[in-house]
Amino acid sequence: MKHHIEGSQAVAHTVALCRPEVMACYPISPQTHIVETLSRKVKAGEIGNCQFLNVESEFGALSVLIGASAMGARTYTATTSQGLLFMAEAVYNAAGLGLPIVMTIANRALGAPINIWNDHSDSMSMRDAGWIQLFAQDNQEAADLHIQAFRLAEELSCPVMVCMDGYILTHAYEVVDLPTQEQVDAYVPAFEPVQVLDPQDPVSIGAMVGPEAFAEVRFLAHHKHVRALEAIPRLSQAFQDIFQRRSGGLMDTYHTDNAETLLLALGSVNGTIKDAVDELRKEGWPVGSIALCAFRPFPSHALRHVVQDAKRIIVFEKDLAVGMGGIVSSDVKMALQGLPIIVDTVIAGLGGRPIPKASVIDTVKQACLEGLEEPHFLDLNWDEINRELTRQQAQRRSGPTAENLLREVGPPGTKPV
Amino acid sequence: MIQIRIHGRGGQGVVTAAELLALAAFRDGKEAQAFPSFGSERTGAPVTAFCRINSQPIRSREPVYHPDVLLIQDSTLLHQVDVFAGLASSAFVLINSTRDVEALRLTDFVIQHPAVQMHTLPASDLALKHLGRPFANIGMVAGYAALTGEVSKAAVNQSITEKFPGRIGKLNGAVAAEVYDYVAANLAKV
Repeated sequence: MKHHIEGSQAVAHTVALCRPEVMACYPISPQTHIVETLSRKVKAGEIGNCQFLNVESEFGALSVLIGASAMGARTYTATTSQGLLFMAEAVYNAAGLGLPIVMTIANRALGAPINIWNDHSDSMSMRDAGWIQLFAQDNQEAADLHIQAFRLAEELSCPVMVCMDGYILTHAYEVVDLPTQEQVDAYVPAFEPVQVLDPQDPVSIGAMVGPEAFAEVRFLAHHKHVRALEAIPRLSQAFQDIFQRRSGGLMDTYHTDNAETLLLALGSVNGTIKDAVDELRKEGWPVGSIALCAFRPFPSHALRHVVQDAKRIIVFEKDLAVGMGGIVSSDVKMALQGLPIIVDTVIAGLGGRPIPKASVIDTVKQACLEGLEEPHFLDLNWDEINRELTRQQAQRRSGPTAENLLREVGPPGTKPV
Repeated sequence: MIQIRIHGRGGQGVVTAAELLALAAFRDGKEAQAFPSFGSERTGAPVTAFCRINSQPIRSREPVYHPDVLLIQDSTLLHQVDVFAGLASSAFVLINSTRDVEALRLTDFVIQHPAVQMHTLPASDLALKHLGRPFANIGMVAGYAALTGEVSKAAVNQSITEKFPGRIGKLNGAVAAEVYDYVAANLAKV
């Protein structure tokens, strides 16, 4: 049934229908309404056999889930930003142990400077941890991906992060078709763990592995992700069969046929990008776009197939590999090596900076007509940058960069951006 | 597509106003999106919220740069924040104030923008009467509905009941009813 609902509430409602058995969450900012609502649902007895643990930290949250998952429980948590960093050691352990935990990341920037707003730095910091990472374009997909995530995680015995843009999706009210319990039950089977701690049949999980076998264990983790490349589109199709709508899959393509230039991005900015594609097409520009849903595993083969006739790909990404440039675009370049396709990197939307349609359109035209420097930063305030660089050159004790810039532009929220 | 921008201050229910409007449009059978500007959430700080209403699904995630509708919940913002930035040439503007456009020193703006429809509504006073607190948000939403018909009064009333169950919903419903009467008696429907 269609509801007009906040993104976080839609996800909480959907996760509850997936019948999680243990949820462990740290109730501090940065957090979202998702776990707040889920804790209420558990207390009200709305989620059958489920325990909600209020833990002492994000590290504690995921560590509890590692234990619970190893005992054969369906497990869930959510975090964001610095909370994910504080979890980092357990994030790698959950994947290394092959435990099918599902976690929502409400994507936000990482400090310093402190910033509570949206970008993808948090998820990107854990991209090599061994978790599957799926990015939602809108709140319908954010809700739907959680249903697919439980089935995918448990089929492969691999943890899954569902990444949704903090604020832009988590705090946005829009129409979401919420599933019924019957639909979710038909799609997500009861959890049959691959490995389980059972006193009747004791095993140990988490052994030390030396140089003799460590590489092999890592290869098998990689192999699991290769299998996920087949499972993700299959489970997306199975989802469509039951729920009658398309959600998830490796990627969502928009006007890619006969497009010379393709815009590629993760997450909610794809909405604005599709509007930009429509406007550019009206003006006669042969453009299309690709919303990458699966970032880990990276769908290299599928991407090569989709873009093979294009001349240029412009990657819009809400992250920055400092000292290098694009994270997503580096993966795109690796996937397309050998093909005569130009790949541009546009760093955009950092720390909640809006990505206006007009800026997307201008950037596409500039790339096609003059080319872009690599990497290209969208809508940078060069006056402020040059002022600060001059200040730093003029005096050694030039002060903290963030505070110097704030003095010029004013504190957060006082000016429209 | 109708793009709405709401200006107010932290604690005045600006974000709730955007949510109510979107919910009302949804109850009218339209697609609707509401989201805040994600500023620093301090009481009294300028806050902006956005709403889009359309017959087609809404994909854009950019802030509303060119509003067709501007709701200003706090008239002290008029000369502090550039509330009129990017205003569409034939925009509808509703300002919460007991004063009229002339007293707010906006006559020049109205002359320079002849297609803009600007009204003032004493939404805080009308709310005070029923709620005992000057929350202008419900009145501004009700005033917009009554003056333009772009969302129906029935849908606004339904959203108020959904958003505020029980006594608070009834009181806010009374605020909306008072605003409908005020608009009928004092302001021409545009």
